[in-house]
Formats: sequence, C-alpha cells, structure tokens
Amino acid sequence: MSTTTLTERSDRSTLFDGLGRYIPIAATIGLLIAMYAGGLANYSNFDNPQLIADLFIGNAALLIIAVGMTFVILSGGIDLSVGSMMAFSTMALAWMTVELGLPAEIAVPVVLVFGTGSGMFTGAVIHYFKVQPFIATLAGLFLYRGLTLQISDRDVSIREIEFFSWGMDRVEFGNVREGGFSLPHISFIAFAVVIIAFIVLHYTRFGRSVYAVGGSEQSALLMGLPTARTKVGVYAVSGFCAALGGVVAAYATRSANPLAGVGLELDAIAAVVIGGTLLTGGSGFVLGTVAGVMVMGMISTIIAFQGNLNSWWARIAVGVLLLAFILLQRFLGRSGEKRKT
Amino acid sequence: MNSYLKRLFWPLAVLVALLIVNIAVTGFDFIVPSVHDGRLGGAFVNILRGAVPLLLISLGMTIVIATKGIDLSVGAVYAIGAAIACQWILDRDQSALDTVFTAVVLALVVAAVIGAWNGTMVAYFGVQPIVATLILMIAGRGIAQLITGGQIPSVSDDTPFVELGRGAIATVPVPIVIGLVVFFGLVLLTRTTALGMLLESVGGNPEASRLAGIRSKGITILAYLICGACAGLAGIIGSANLGSADANNGGLWIELDAILAVVIGGTALLGGRFFLLGTAIGVAIIGTLEDTIINVGLSSQWQFTAKAIVVFIVAILQSPEFRAWLLKPFRSGSAAEPTAPEPKPEEKAVAK
Repeated sequence: MSTTTLTERSDRSTLFDGLGRYIPIAATIGLLIAMYAGGLANYSNFDNPQLIADLFIGNAALLIIAVGMTFVILSGGIDLSVGSMMAFSTMALAWMTVELGLPAEIAVPVVLVFGTGSGMFTGAVIHYFKVQPFIATLAGLFLYRGLTLQISDRDVSIREIEFFSWGMDRVEFGNVREGGFSLPHISFIAFAVVIIAFIVLHYTRFGRSVYAVGGSEQSALLMGLPTARTKVGVYAVSGFCAALGGVVAAYATRSANPLAGVGLELDAIAAVVIGGTLLTGGSGFVLGTVAGVMVMGMISTIIAFQGNLNSWWARIAVGVLLLAFILLQRFLGRSGEKRKT
Repeated sequence: MNSYLKRLFWPLAVLVALLIVNIAVTGFDFIVPSVHDGRLGGAFVNILRGAVPLLLISLGMTIVIATKGIDLSVGAVYAIGAAIACQWILDRDQSALDTVFTAVVLALVVAAVIGAWNGTMVAYFGVQPIVATLILMIAGRGIAQLITGGQIPSVSDDTPFVELGRGAIATVPVPIVIGLVVFFGLVLLTRTTALGMLLESVGGNPEASRLAGIRSKGITILAYLICGACAGLAGIIGSANLGSADANNGGLWIELDAILAVVIGGTALLGGRFFLLGTAIGVAIIGTLEDTIINVGLSSQWQFTAKAIVVFIVAILQSPEFRAWLLKPFRSGSAAEPTAPEPKPEEKAVAK
C-alpha cells in the first residue's frame, strides 16, 4: 500500500498537485457566481450592492465562528461547543454590564480571555488525555448552554449600555440610494478576523503546523513540529472566535438570548465544508470558508427573494450542498484518509 | 461474564446512587409503582416511560458505534418519523386501525431507508460516519418540515395512535413494552446469532474482517439501518405520547443524549465491543438525572451543566492517559513540555 502510494506520488507533477487542491474552492466560488447570476436573472433589485453587503451583516458572527472552526477542522478535529460558547459570551457580557455594572471595556476582554482559556483547556484535554474531540467539545456544548441558562433563562436587554451602540453604526461607501452600500462596524470585525486568520494560516509557523498536524499528526510529530502547542492552539483560536462571535452578537442584537446559536456549530461546520476544507483535516483555505458563509447567506437571500419558499428549504439546500461537496472531495481521489494510511 | 459485570458496575453504582438520592428526598413513593386507571404510574415508572424514545435511539446508536461509526442524524430521523406518522393519520380517517398501522409502517420504512442511506455513504462511498450523518442532521429537520408543511400536526385524542404513547398492556405502559421488546430483540439478535460478533469484528478492523470473509459493507449498512429504524420508532412513540409532531424541536439534542448514554454504558466510541445492557442503564441514568435535579431543589437549567459534568468525567475516566497521569502526579516527565501545560486543566477544573 505504502509503496504504491509512493510511486503514485512521484508520478504526479507538483504543478498538478498544486492545482488539485484548488478544485473544491473553485467549485464553491463557481457556485456562488452561478447563484448570484441566477438571482440577477430572476429577481429585480438583486443587483443592489447592499445585497452583497448584507451577507456580511447577518452572518458576521457565523463568519467569525466559521473561521475559528476552519482552524480546528484543518487540524483534523471538530468543535461542537462554539454555538453554546457564543451564547454564553453574549449572556456573560450582559450579566457583567447590566447586573454587576462593570464597564463594557472590561467585560469584553474578560469574555474573550475566558473563551480563549476554555478553548485551551478543551485542547489540552483532547491532546494530553486523548479524549476524542467530538466528546470533549460535546461536554463544552452542554456546559456553556447550561451556564447561559443559569445566568438567565430569558432575554436580557443591553440597550442601555452606550458601549454596544458602536457595533451597528454604519460606514457608508458611496450614496446608499445611488448604488452605494453601507456596512456596520461588526462586519469590519469579521473582515479583520478573516485577514488575520489568512495571514496566520499561510505565513506563520503555527499555520503551517496546523496543516501538517491535520495531514498526519504522526508525521508532524516525527518532523519535530510542536503538535501539542498546535492542537491546544487551534482550540484556543476556536474558543476565542466563538467568544468574539458572542461579542458581535451582543453588538448586533443588543440583547442576550439564552437560546441564541443553537445549532450554530452545524452551520459553521457546513460553511467550512462547503468552503472546500477537508473534514479529515490538512487541506483547505480560510477564504474558502468566507465563500462558504457567503453561499449559505446567498441561499437564504434567494429564498427570501423567491417569497413562496419556506425557510426550511434553506436547510435542505445546505444539506444537498454538503452532500455534493463531500462526494466531490471523495472523488477527487486524494482524500485525507488515503494519505494517512 | 465476570468482566462483563465489572463493566456494568460503575454505571449501576451511579444509577443506584441517583435512586438513593431521590428516595432520600421524596420518600419511597419515588421507586414504588402505583396503579392509576389500570396503568402503572409513580415517579420512576414515568421516568422510564419518558426515557423509552431515548432508549430506542441509544440502542441503535450502540450498534452503530460498535462498527466504529456514529449516527448524528437520529434526532432528525426522529422528527421525520414523527412527522410522517402524524401527517399520514391527520390526512385520513383518524380512528381507523389500519390507517394507524399504515402510518407506523410507513414511518418505520422511511426511517430505515434513511438509515440505510447513511450506511451506504459510510460503507460504499467511504465517507467518515460523522460527516455522512451530519448531512441528514442538517437537512433532516428541513425534510420533516416539508412533510408537515411547516405546521405542527396534532392528531385527535380518539385515534388508536396515541395509545402507542399513552396506553397500557396489562397495566404496563405501552412505550415500556415496546422498549423491552426492542431491547430483548436486539440482545437476542446480537448475542444468539453471529451478528453481534460480526458487528464487533467490523468495528475492530473493517479491513481484517473483510479479509476474513465477512461482508463488512453489508454489516455496516445493516447497523445504520437498525439505528435509523430505532430512531423512527422513537419518533413515533414520542409523537404518540404528545399527540403531535414538532419538526423543529422534537428529539432536539437526542443524538447527544444517546451518545452520552452509550458512552456511560461502557461502549467505547472507538468501536469493537458493545454493551446493550450498559446502554440501557446509561439511559436510565440520564432519565433519572433530570428528575433528580428538580427533586433536590435545583432549577431545571442545571441539567445541562450536570450532563456536561457527566460527559466530562466519563470521557476523562475512559482515557488511559488520564489514569496514568493520575497515578503518577509527582513524577516529572522526561521533558518539560508535557508537564508544563498540564497544571492548567487542573486550575480551570477547580475554578469551574
């Protein structure tokens, strides 16, 4: 088995190898363009640039969380706790600012540090005690949802806190009435996260280690890469992103809902997979995740434009897309599992 | 057999401890069944009755996990099974027995087909089980809403269908009877025929099993099919009990509870050996835990936190690395790296 793989590898030209990994992301972008073109052809007002901008407003928290999830999935893990973590962060912010009267300037860093720390803890449990990521983060899913509900089982408004009005203040690009568009500050937070994640993944040692660990942890270890630091690191990144998602959700809704983000982990995983990242780890791009989030947003937009379709069609469409992308990855041949054996 | 009992010791001990706590708080009425309107009642019987859908799903999940798989779609299949049964009955003569019969069979067949589809994805397309079943976990509730048209179909209280959830056979509630039948059916199927051994063999090493002449792909599909059918049956019982099918919230998070029950019962997620009786005890623990929390005076919100603690403890106790680490806490490792980050989990665990 190993010898055949070896010869197979040397037969391939590196150029082809390099291009092959772009096929899933090319498919995602092609799909996005096709959906946009289909929308333009069928609905009036679809050419409004605000429509594209809106994709990054409603999905700002999802985008941030999906970026964190990309790190985890690239390393070959999975993080189910992000939806609960997001709800917990929003609720903790509301509790600290409204109940305790802490200034938001202190509460926000506290929440972010807590998210990062809890991610590190999960990562340490996964790495050192060899607990399956699925189970370790499942505990997180229950724990943070439980803590959120214990703080409050109903909505808490943070409308009174001046600090949180900044998030939805809009920056205008051109005149909105004459073909311009506007974006709130939370979208820029999301963009910043994407850019930082892109740089970290492609231009730092940590990023390279993430790919290496996801490709084959054993090989990464034998190469002398810091697998422990990398695996703990990706969960820390995911925890941070989930907490930041919670902060953004606080900005966006200016209230804390104890049941916010139920099932968000699934949306995030779906966005990552539709974005072309291999669920077995080791292959994928953070910009693909951006495209994945845009595709999911575009599905909802088109369903809203169509008018006579119900929101459940969005779930079915996402499921079908997931199926298509998973099968595409399988039939591209060079899957993660084959490489591992 | 001895090692089998040893495996069951800890789950049983936890269950007994929970029961003792409940009896201490609410008195012996908790455990002693009483007869109301020709039907067994009492707190513990009600817990068992309510836990039957979870039991069915957990049993199916045990079979799937034995093959080194996992089925995340059971909650969605639960919703689909409930939606099909309720919608079919709602559109027809509600009191006719054959309508109910057709509805149940139809829901079971569809659920089994969905299970077989999951199995095919895993066995023939070689997709990871988590990924293969994730597709239906996401899309499944959409399909269930498609069936119900976005409504919550409520069947009338006169239809024989609701007896599946509320009725009693010789004073024993029907769900408990169904749960027992499925449980013993699966135990007989896996322990008196070769199927159980084949399942464990496939879970242990699919490639070696194939070389040994086992049709591992067929076995894998069968495992997912059983799991799907169990989830569909759970949906039928759940919706019969409520008299309605909620596509959005029916069976929400039940897949996580089921995985938890399987793990508590001593079946490792790595596949191979499986313990149906352990799973049943795990289900009883989860069911009792929810009532215990309320009985000892904590708010019902605590159940998530309690489950998280249970998941965490069970997962970490099953880890050989953790046990090794516990046994030699003061021996400094060969390198500074493994010891340096490790105090961190300790601090956090205490802080939480």
